[in-house]
Amino acid sequence: MIALVALAVPFVAAVLAPLLGRFLSRWLAIVLSLFPLVLFLFWLRLVPFFTGGERESIGVPWIPSFGVEFSVLLDGLSLTFALLVSGIGTLIVLFAGAYLKGDERLPRFLCYLFLFMGAMQGLVLADDLIMLFVFWELTSISSFLLIGFERERMASRRAAIQALVVTGLGGLSLLAGFLLIRYASGASSMSELLAMENGLRDLPVYLACFILVLGGAFTKSAQFPFHFWLPNAMEAPTPVSAYLHSATMVKAGVYLLMRLQPAMGDTILWETVLPVFGAITLLVGTILGLRQTDLKLVLAYTTVASLGLLVMLTGFGTEGAIAGAVLYLVAHSLFKGGLFMVAGGIDHEAGSRDLRQLSGLRHGMPLTFAIALLCALSMGGLPPFVGFLAKEELYYGLVGDDAWSMALLAVAVIGNGLMLALGFIVGLRPFLGKDMKAPKKAHEGPLDLWIGPAVLAVCGLGAGILYRFFHEMISIPMASAIAGQPVPVEISPIPHLSIAFYLTLLTIALGVGIYLLQDSLRAGVDRTLTALGWGPDRGFDQAIAGLTTVSHRITYFFQNGRLDIYMTTVFCALAFTVLFSLSFFAETPALPEWPALAIHEWTILLIIVVGIGTVIMAHNRLTAIVSLGIQGFGVAVLFMLQGAPDLSFTQFMVETLSVVILALVMTRIPLAKTDHRSNPEKLVDGGIAILCGIGIGALLLSVTQTPFDGRLSEFYEQFSRTIAHGRNIVNVIIVDFRGLDTLGEIAVVMVAGLAVLGLIRIRRPRIEDIATPTGDRS
Amino acid sequence: MAATGVTKVDRSLAMVTEALGAWDWLVIAPVALPLLGAAALLLIRKRIAWHAPASIAIMLLMLAADVGLLIRVWNEGPVHMAMGSWLPPFGIIFAVDTLGAVFATITAFIGLVCAVYATAEIDTTEYRYGYFTFYLLMLAGVTGAFLTGDVFNLYVWFEVLLISSFGLLALGSNPIQLDGTFKYAILNLVATTLFLITVGLIYGIAGTLNMADLAIKARSGDLGAPVMSFGVLLTFAFLMKAAAFPLNAWLPASYHVTRSASSALFAALLTKVGVYALLRTLVLVFPELGETFAPVLLIVANSTMIAGALGLLASNDIRRMVGWAVISGIGVILVGLGLGEAAALSGAIAYAIHSMVVMAGLYLLAGAMSWLAGTDSLFKMGGLAVHSPALLLCGLGIVLATAGLPPFSGLWPKAILVEAALSKAAYVTVGIILVNGLLTTIALGRMFAFGFWRAAQMERSELAPFPLLSKSRIVPVATIAIVSLAGGLYPEPWLAASRQAAAGLLDAATYINAVLPEG
Repeated sequence: MIALVALAVPFVAAVLAPLLGRFLSRWLAIVLSLFPLVLFLFWLRLVPFFTGGERESIGVPWIPSFGVEFSVLLDGLSLTFALLVSGIGTLIVLFAGAYLKGDERLPRFLCYLFLFMGAMQGLVLADDLIMLFVFWELTSISSFLLIGFERERMASRRAAIQALVVTGLGGLSLLAGFLLIRYASGASSMSELLAMENGLRDLPVYLACFILVLGGAFTKSAQFPFHFWLPNAMEAPTPVSAYLHSATMVKAGVYLLMRLQPAMGDTILWETVLPVFGAITLLVGTILGLRQTDLKLVLAYTTVASLGLLVMLTGFGTEGAIAGAVLYLVAHSLFKGGLFMVAGGIDHEAGSRDLRQLSGLRHGMPLTFAIALLCALSMGGLPPFVGFLAKEELYYGLVGDDAWSMALLAVAVIGNGLMLALGFIVGLRPFLGKDMKAPKKAHEGPLDLWIGPAVLAVCGLGAGILYRFFHEMISIPMASAIAGQPVPVEISPIPHLSIAFYLTLLTIALGVGIYLLQDSLRAGVDRTLTALGWGPDRGFDQAIAGLTTVSHRITYFFQNGRLDIYMTTVFCALAFTVLFSLSFFAETPALPEWPALAIHEWTILLIIVVGIGTVIMAHNRLTAIVSLGIQGFGVAVLFMLQGAPDLSFTQFMVETLSVVILALVMTRIPLAKTDHRSNPEKLVDGGIAILCGIGIGALLLSVTQTPFDGRLSEFYEQFSRTIAHGRNIVNVIIVDFRGLDTLGEIAVVMVAGLAVLGLIRIRRPRIEDIATPTGDRS
Repeated sequence: MAATGVTKVDRSLAMVTEALGAWDWLVIAPVALPLLGAAALLLIRKRIAWHAPASIAIMLLMLAADVGLLIRVWNEGPVHMAMGSWLPPFGIIFAVDTLGAVFATITAFIGLVCAVYATAEIDTTEYRYGYFTFYLLMLAGVTGAFLTGDVFNLYVWFEVLLISSFGLLALGSNPIQLDGTFKYAILNLVATTLFLITVGLIYGIAGTLNMADLAIKARSGDLGAPVMSFGVLLTFAFLMKAAAFPLNAWLPASYHVTRSASSALFAALLTKVGVYALLRTLVLVFPELGETFAPVLLIVANSTMIAGALGLLASNDIRRMVGWAVISGIGVILVGLGLGEAAALSGAIAYAIHSMVVMAGLYLLAGAMSWLAGTDSLFKMGGLAVHSPALLLCGLGIVLATAGLPPFSGLWPKAILVEAALSKAAYVTVGIILVNGLLTTIALGRMFAFGFWRAAQMERSELAPFPLLSKSRIVPVATIAIVSLAGGLYPEPWLAASRQAAAGLLDAATYINAVLPEG
């Protein structure tokens, strides 16, 4: 139960950050870093209970109507992630305090950072699928705020929206996937899924689930071709990059794949698609990384590459590959978090992150140099660092005698070689060479600026040296959770002759070679990409621009600002639906018999028709109005002849008033004297009108052919005099039986009067209303 | 009676004879209060200082009555009240089930929130020419539509709300306003007239206007005439009121031309009345029609979602954007009708509730943004983050709620609808709901980044610096953001109410029994 409360802790810190900001000023970050520290210790204390592959789900009902629980899943996988999130989170908060020291935006920054931390922690611990999705989206939203933190810079805003859109797209895909899994399998949580005998593999909708879940994982974990948002997200302040792009946000997709491996893995689809995309991403990431000169961008592309490697290993699915993925994931979180903070420290102290400007920093920043070197060595996979364990293990895992394994192994070696070179480009190159003419005179930063990376670097070394303890506590439980069965991990940092060791040597040789040739390689990659000229990043802009243009075209095709066209649309739709439904449901009325009317009745009908005809043909507005009146009077006479004198009288009154008012008003409004429509337009309008008339007329005709249920009339006749005390039934209906309708209509008349009063009297346009609304077409 | 010399009649044949209890008046109170209030405001037309406090007091009473009614309906099932004590189906009745009571409660709540915002916006002329009279009558019309159990009476309330919204739109008389009002009035009159024609036709074949009685007749199968075609006409009219594509042109043409508080009120209520009428008629009264039209409704829902999302992307005027957001929400709600079973309907009702609250909030937000920035144009806007961090916070919340992202209320009903669509193998609809969410995210994310994050775009002179956002502008926006957040964090009560409302619609027997016990 405390575990459920622990999920809320970062959010509490997020609320506290802006509140305490004023009082604590420079101690803010240090005080707030206690929150993730406590969390870290809490999760750490749980680790020993889950070393034997135990799994526990704790939950309370959240939304019973939708079958959603608030539940956490504890096992080796989720605990390792929780440790990374809270542990690195603690260091990042400290680092951010130093990085943004004296900046008034620090409380807001920490607020967003804690929101993100809470989201990420919830994501990796959630058991319920929908709950996982909620936290998944929260990471997207909070990273949107973090990436757009430097909000007045356009690049920053663009990167934020891009990240939101790409990960939002993935989020929706994931939502669909989870809902489909829930619907198809009946399982609503990870623990239920993992407990299923055969997982999701036998579902008929496995393919759909697979694609949808992958859509979520690949966008979040920046797999090719969705990798472009991650380097752009480097617009964020460095603490964000160090946090989001080392251990957290981008690992969410990898986490999801690892989590679902027992339920969805072990299929041809899984073991083909994941390694292929992972391998492409690994190569694309490293090659693009080689082109960069900004330290953060170099690191960003190696992050893309590392994510590719992780996806590849997870998809490959052998025990060794999974153990390799686990070790590499931990190693990457440590060295990449460290290197990002080193890059931030350099930027902070030397005023630049550009490789071409930086050199000789070893003099000014010896401590940073040492930290950077430790991280780079781990990244390069050299003993005795944890990175070495990872590389050895993953080579062991990938080795096989078939072409598939060979190909992936080759990709892994090349990718690792490139990453080794890139690691040293960040961790070594700025420190070597002669002193530079940097924007600022470089010197060592304060304690809280280097303590974070130092801890991570030392952890990377410690995990390698104390490998038995590390395996027992972290690697084995986590790998077992991913594989769904116990996985032994025994790799040690002591080099011994084996195929993996030769491959390591090859990797190192490759890496050193690339490091030495970096400038010419960079120029080469740069030339190729410039010649290519197009990439997913530009594609994103083009897609958004295209989308906007298309929406504009379509929307303003319909919403063109012309009432006559709106009316045409409505009446076309009306004519179509009514006539279609009459024929579709076979409800056309029978043709009535030819009416046997007397000569005077025929005369009146003729007058009505002539009246309508004149209205349509009239060139003069007054003629039209009078003709309309003639038609109305004709109808009134018909009512009288048919035995409804009261109705007829009402009709006479209404017609008289209408003619008078229309004549008064219409002749005074400066309207066009004649019909502006061309003859074809008139024909079309006339056609639509006739079709609508036929439709409604047919409906009316069919009503007259149905026997009328006179229950209400009988009731009114029976009681209008006896109870309601009125002889005129129509009157009694109006004032008593249906008096409420009359009340409503009275209100309508009153409101209409009031509205007209306003229209007549208020003449001034509202100038003080500074927001002048645009018209219907903008 | 004896005095007139008329033979004695048994009153119990025609009238409800048992006396009304005090609590029974709750059924009519939510409509009577604003009607009386509007009349009272006319009497004190010149004392404009009293208008806002009096109206707000009336809306508080309305809210209390609605809540009381909701509690009663929740515990006892549908309740009704016979107007003039005439027995149903002969007189008019108000018949309230969970759906009606929930919608009426939201109506009063939104009315209250928007009224507070209106006090910051409207000027003395608007007070004098009856702003709050129109306002209260519109609430009366909307609430009446939600509570009545009579088809013709429903039409009367449609007219009341139409004419008072027309008053709210036109008040101020600037040319753009009049252009919008004109389009709004003409197109809505067409829709309302079609509804009236259909009511006449239905009376012609069924001989009754009472919804429960109609429901009995519809189930007995002895309506010989072209019921399907009548249903088509009725559905057409309601879809037009609901602004479903392609009958939606009136909404983006008009909503944005008036005060933001009025736009917000319209966005929350007017289209939802159309949706409500569809739910009531197609599910409760004529279920056969609902089932037959479901495939077409699903197509309409899909195209409305697309039209709304594209319009949202195409607009650069933030207040017009909101109009398109309203339309896209209508599309989502119609999905529930198009799928038709209990889960889908409860999703649709839940989404309607969410949409009523959040669309009002979005208009108020857009109003506050454009008032602060001095422009409606997204191209010219900027710098709002610096000038009102509080508005930024609320804005973020409302934008996320509209886009259907957690932790706000929009996610849950969408998830329910997606799950329902999956269970019916309506994969196209699933895709469109999700793409609609994505496009909304893009459009509103852009609005957020441009309006709040970007530096101010227009040169502000010393004479016209950024105004300060008054409490009566920020409090309503914040209220809605908080309500939506609460609904997102703990959606159970609201989703359970929607489930019960949907169950009530599907369980016509209970409704009929409550209204016509011997029927």
